[in-house]
Amino acid sequence: MSIPGSWYLILAAILFGIGAFGLLVRRNVLIMFMCIELMLNAANLTFVTFSRTLDDIGGQADVFFVLVVAAAEVVVGLGIVVAIFRRRSTAVVDDLSSMKG
Amino acid sequence: MTSLLAVQKTIPDLFVFFAGALMILAGAIGVIGWRNPVHSALSLVLTLFGVAVLFIEQQAEFLAAVQVIVYAGAIVVLFLFVIMFLGVDRTEDLRQEPLIGQRVFGALLVLVVVASVIALGTESSWLGGAHSVVGPNIGPYENVNSLGRAVFTTYLFAFEATAALLIIAVVGAVVLARRSASKTSDDAIGSEEPADSDPGSLGEGAADLERATKEVER
Repeated sequence: MSIPGSWYLILAAILFGIGAFGLLVRRNVLIMFMCIELMLNAANLTFVTFSRTLDDIGGQADVFFVLVVAAAEVVVGLGIVVAIFRRRSTAVVDDLSSMKG
Repeated sequence: MTSLLAVQKTIPDLFVFFAGALMILAGAIGVIGWRNPVHSALSLVLTLFGVAVLFIEQQAEFLAAVQVIVYAGAIVVLFLFVIMFLGVDRTEDLRQEPLIGQRVFGALLVLVVVASVIALGTESSWLGGAHSVVGPNIGPYENVNSLGRAVFTTYLFAFEATAALLIIAVVGAVVLARRSASKTSDDAIGSEEPADSDPGSLGEGAADLERATKEVER
């Protein structure tokens, strides 16, 4: 309660940065998905922090919706990964270059 | 705003914050650092628990519980299930970069973005906002009450939209994940059979399926 909100915001920014870096450099589709989850969690932490500092429950309601959308995104994304793997037997994005001109 | 927040720092609050921050950062670095996807998924659990700890520290008890149940309980299990199902729990060689300088430029880009976000955050005008627009975020035992009130009144349309989104996601996942019945019923049935009986020849079965799909499309 007494920790300044800016500490949480800086922590969330660093977490977002780590997730973005992993998304840029890793090639395994599943790990890229996990990095997207890291970035979503950074955004959630920011929402909750602003909800506390501005004394507004709307931030927490937004986190609720982010959770739902993240769950839907993971379900569809992993479905796509399974469908690709069944055809191509690979989970490495660099091998999925069949649309290259 | 900082004057509002600069009330007394107590030792337990500091301890909880730094414990949560340590969990979050260690888990996040583990996610991008481990070569084995299973280890990355377990590191992801550590990060999610750390975020839940900081939710509790900020009086978002309901969200902390949902975070543990939905993220750590459902989403990570789904990740692990897919990792095991695909058999992609092989380690990946992280020593060689696929593109020259990819990591350097990636780190540079991320550093610039994070540094500019933090620099903007030091300007208090970027962190301001109206107080209690939707409703006050009251007391430690009223969190579920006020959150439920907001979700079912102010955000009712968004709530209904998420219901539709979940239905669409479930239908989409089923459509994506099933083996299409038309292919197994006509010409691909011979090639489908060994793939089902022998798990070792999954790759060949997939190749046969792909060939059969091309024939069907033709």
